[in-house]
Amino acid sequence: MSARANKALTAKLAVVVVAMFGFGYLLVPLYDLFCEITGVGGRTGTVTESTAALAKADVSRDVTVEFTAATAPGLPWEFHPLQRKVTVHPGAVTEVFYLARSKSRRATAGQAVPSVAPFDASRHFKKIECFCFTSQQLAPFEERRMAVRFVVDRELPPAVHTVTLSYMFYNVDAAAAADSTATAAATGEKT
Amino acid sequence: MSRTASALTPALAAALVLASAPARAAWDLNLPPPVTPLAAQILDLHNLILWICVVIFIGVFGVMFYSTYAHRKSRGYRAAQFSHNTRLEILWSVIPAVILVVMAVPSTVTLIEMEDTTRSDLSVKITGYQWFWEYEYMDSGYSFYSRLSTPREQIENRAAKGEHYLLEVDNELVLPVGKKVRFVLTANDVIHAWWVPKLGIKKDAIPGYVSEMWAVIEKEGVYRGQCAELCGKDHGFMPIVVRAVSAAEFEAWLGERAASAAGAAETVTETVTIHPGAAVSDVDSTVTVGG
Amino acid sequence: MASIDTTVSHDNHGDHAQPYGIMRWLTTTNHKDIGTMYLVFALLMLLVGGLMALLIRAELFEPGLQVLDPARFNQMTTLHALVMIFGAVMPGFVGFANWQVPLMIGAPDMALPRLNNFSFWILPFAFTLLLGSLLTADGGPASGWTLYAPLSVQGGMGVDMTIFAIHMMGVSSILGAINIIVTIFNLRAPGMTLMKMPLFVWTWLITAFLLIAVMPVLAGAVTMLLTDRHFGTAFFDPGGGGDPVMFQHIFWFFGHPEVYIMILPAFGIISQIIPTFARKPLFGYDSMVFATAAIAFLSFAVWAHHMFTVGMPLAGELYFMYATMLIAVPTGVKIFNWVATMWRGAMTFETPMLFAVSVVFLFTIGGLSGLMLAIVPADFQYHDTYFVVAHFHYVLFSGAVMAMMGGAYYWLPKWTGHRYNETLGKWHFWLTAVFFNITFFPQHFLGLAGMPRRIPDYALQFTEFNMVSTIGAFGLGIAQLLFVYIVVRCIIGGERADARVWEGAEGLEWTLPSPPPAHTFTTPPKIA
Ligand code: HEM
Ligand SMILES: [Cu+2]
Ligand SMILES: [Cu+2]
Repeated sequence: MSARANKALTAKLAVVVVAMFGFGYLLVPLYDLFCEITGVGGRTGTVTESTAALAKADVSRDVTVEFTAATAPGLPWEFHPLQRKVTVHPGAVTEVFYLARSKSRRATAGQAVPSVAPFDASRHFKKIECFCFTSQQLAPFEERRMAVRFVVDRELPPAVHTVTLSYMFYNVDAAAAADSTATAAATGEKT
Repeated sequence: MSRTASALTPALAAALVLASAPARAAWDLNLPPPVTPLAAQILDLHNLILWICVVIFIGVFGVMFYSTYAHRKSRGYRAAQFSHNTRLEILWSVIPAVILVVMAVPSTVTLIEMEDTTRSDLSVKITGYQWFWEYEYMDSGYSFYSRLSTPREQIENRAAKGEHYLLEVDNELVLPVGKKVRFVLTANDVIHAWWVPKLGIKKDAIPGYVSEMWAVIEKEGVYRGQCAELCGKDHGFMPIVVRAVSAAEFEAWLGERAASAAGAAETVTETVTIHPGAAVSDVDSTVTVGG
Repeated sequence: MASIDTTVSHDNHGDHAQPYGIMRWLTTTNHKDIGTMYLVFALLMLLVGGLMALLIRAELFEPGLQVLDPARFNQMTTLHALVMIFGAVMPGFVGFANWQVPLMIGAPDMALPRLNNFSFWILPFAFTLLLGSLLTADGGPASGWTLYAPLSVQGGMGVDMTIFAIHMMGVSSILGAINIIVTIFNLRAPGMTLMKMPLFVWTWLITAFLLIAVMPVLAGAVTMLLTDRHFGTAFFDPGGGGDPVMFQHIFWFFGHPEVYIMILPAFGIISQIIPTFARKPLFGYDSMVFATAAIAFLSFAVWAHHMFTVGMPLAGELYFMYATMLIAVPTGVKIFNWVATMWRGAMTFETPMLFAVSVVFLFTIGGLSGLMLAIVPADFQYHDTYFVVAHFHYVLFSGAVMAMMGGAYYWLPKWTGHRYNETLGKWHFWLTAVFFNITFFPQHFLGLAGMPRRIPDYALQFTEFNMVSTIGAFGLGIAQLLFVYIVVRCIIGGERADARVWEGAEGLEWTLPSPPPAHTFTTPPKIA
């Protein structure tokens, strides 16, 4: 067959190759979407104060929420929850606190990443306000009490009685964090 | 054993070890004896699918080896020339499908049970580090690190290897028997995996994320395992040792350990702010720092 | 190669002046020359990767550290896998495709000969880079061939060299795949309809599509790794909003089709050999084609069966379990078809047939252990243990590699014009088959007993089977030197082979003289 036909087919296949390379990158937002829908990775949801206030608490159910924390290597902080667990009713808004303390002589900044187990619960764990929405900067040896206001929504599967909320603080560049905080807050960081 | 081995030629050493092996009874062929209901179910499931596979295998290769014996040119066999048999082809697509369903049913049942972490009696948080583990009893906040305790000399062949070579730690994870223990896993640096074969549980510990699994240990004893996800240089050297004791013994042990740890640590007291509508019970507002 | 050499220069019709010596190989655009180069390269890589395997096995001969320190050990397991997968198995199959596809469909050459030359010559550079990583201060990649983040983010320059090497290998195999597709679509002799193509051509066509679909995804994944390492992105870093588990999803989206890339051409070779020596047409040709396509499609939908222990919602685990089990059906169809092809044939057991029969037999062991691995609760016990190591060596060594050896014995007389030494060939087969099983069968038991994979040292209860395995591995390694000897001898000389070579051989390649002249089917053959 002619060289023309070869060229045409080669070109088509090359397009497939390029498209598949792009698809590899497309998997990133697709994966995010997938996590959002299924709760994979323990991604939590967010909700506004006003919406949350509308829901009525389901007082017939008790759910235990456990708190835990960790700091990634490279961030010289102490970080832990100020309560080990609380028992809440689905639909009720609760506020809890974590404490971070810098052990560094320099200004440092960290970004907290939340994760909820089990998967079934993560979608139903909705934060109204959280220190993880923006990066946190600590002055040398500063100690900060940080709040999380959340609601476990009423659709939480009935089988779930215990939910674990974990935060891991990651080191972020302190200077960069200072000016990105505003934008992050505005765009609504992934939570 | 290995002391003599290193002095001899490998082949000779092998012969020696192999010959003396029955005395050590280490030619294990199957999963270790289970000590949790889940591990027992997995063992049953494993045996079931293994035997189904063996039967299929013997069936198919019985036919094939009969054919290689009987349908040889050297035996004067003349080749038939058929190349299709629709009935047969449908049959051997459908029968495997049916067998698969037979396997899928018990697998599904077991899996659903494995994923059910609800109604646990206690929670233990497991954190993987390069290259050791941290355990935290979430209800008391008492935590400790657990590291390989095999001496360097044994690993470098300068000393005789002990009975639990590479499967021994400084601080064992103590758990009560007969209680549903819920494990919450995470990691600090890279991905690790926590695995104790006799408990029948293995799960990845992933930095930034928490995941769960559970076990009810039915028999007191010491159960050993290892990290099961490549995590860097000393991946082979971060064993897991679980000591299962009676519930009473466990309470006593934990009480004592937690008390002495709390005494040493600084204590922060905080109150939890409760918003209208939230009914809070069992609020533990005392947090031990640095335990 | 000497004989091919002379043929080429004799039959060079003076259309273009052929350079001699090394320049000939550097500049050749002839599919036979390029096929030869791919095959020689693959054999070389098989020996390099094999040497690494022997280092690993030597370390694991007994408890304690003797041969490699833990860091080097991890580099060896990583490079062993990368060299075997991207250096031995994939180029090996491309070599077979280069030689055989044009001969089997009656084409004068590959459709894109210059591209063909280019895609081969990328490989030596890629592997120099890959193996060169061992010389850097931090050594080679040590995160396993799966390159899981964040571990792979930690490594030194060796990891970057690996990433670039993977890019180059990716480009090479994508170009190779495009060439094969274009050749099959555009250069078939008149009358060679798709459903008349030999099964080897079919399996390669499907493999080539898999390659162009997933190699770019791998390239994307390692590019993300590279930018995470050096350019401030955070695809896999939770601190920056990324997710390390996502790497695994992307990797296995490539990785599972990749394992079929490594086995489908092997299925093709087996499907050529068995009918020849059974003197009977392949049973169920249509269903073979269909099963191959079905396997390829399904392979895109099962990737997360490598990630059951990561943790997934129950529905996800169930789905991936069922989908994976489903693959067993078309795989089973293939095995039954091969057995049915043998049934009531008039079989002889020359070396290629011995290899083919043992591939069917041993691959099935790997397929069945794969089925067991698909059962999620059981996989929680098997995952990341030697049970998995045993599984993939049964499918990859006794599947892919032994199929290539069978294929080499089958077509060597055609390619070189000489018969190889049949007695030695049989010796090679039996040594390989026996030592392979001594090496890998005990690894099933090790895995079940609780030995994790990728560890340089182990507890005492694993000693016995590890010793057996190591002894088997050295036997297996040494047996391959016999293979090299047989192949070299066959290239240099030996009893002359006639055109048909095998009594029961059917197909266009057997209508050509052995060895075929440099340019074949310049006028298309007539297809009955
Ligand atoms: C019947 C078909 C097959 C099934 C059901 C199957 C299933 C599986 C499963 C579930 C795993 C993951 C095990 C684990 O990590 O826990 C696995 C691993 C693997 N399989 Fe298969 N498999 C099949 C055929 C093949 C074939 C044909 C190949 C290659 C030629 C192959 C190569 C591999 C490799 C290389 C791995 C390990 C990858 C790694 O973690 O490094 N498998 N297989
Ligand atoms: Cu590890
Ligand atoms: Cu797979």
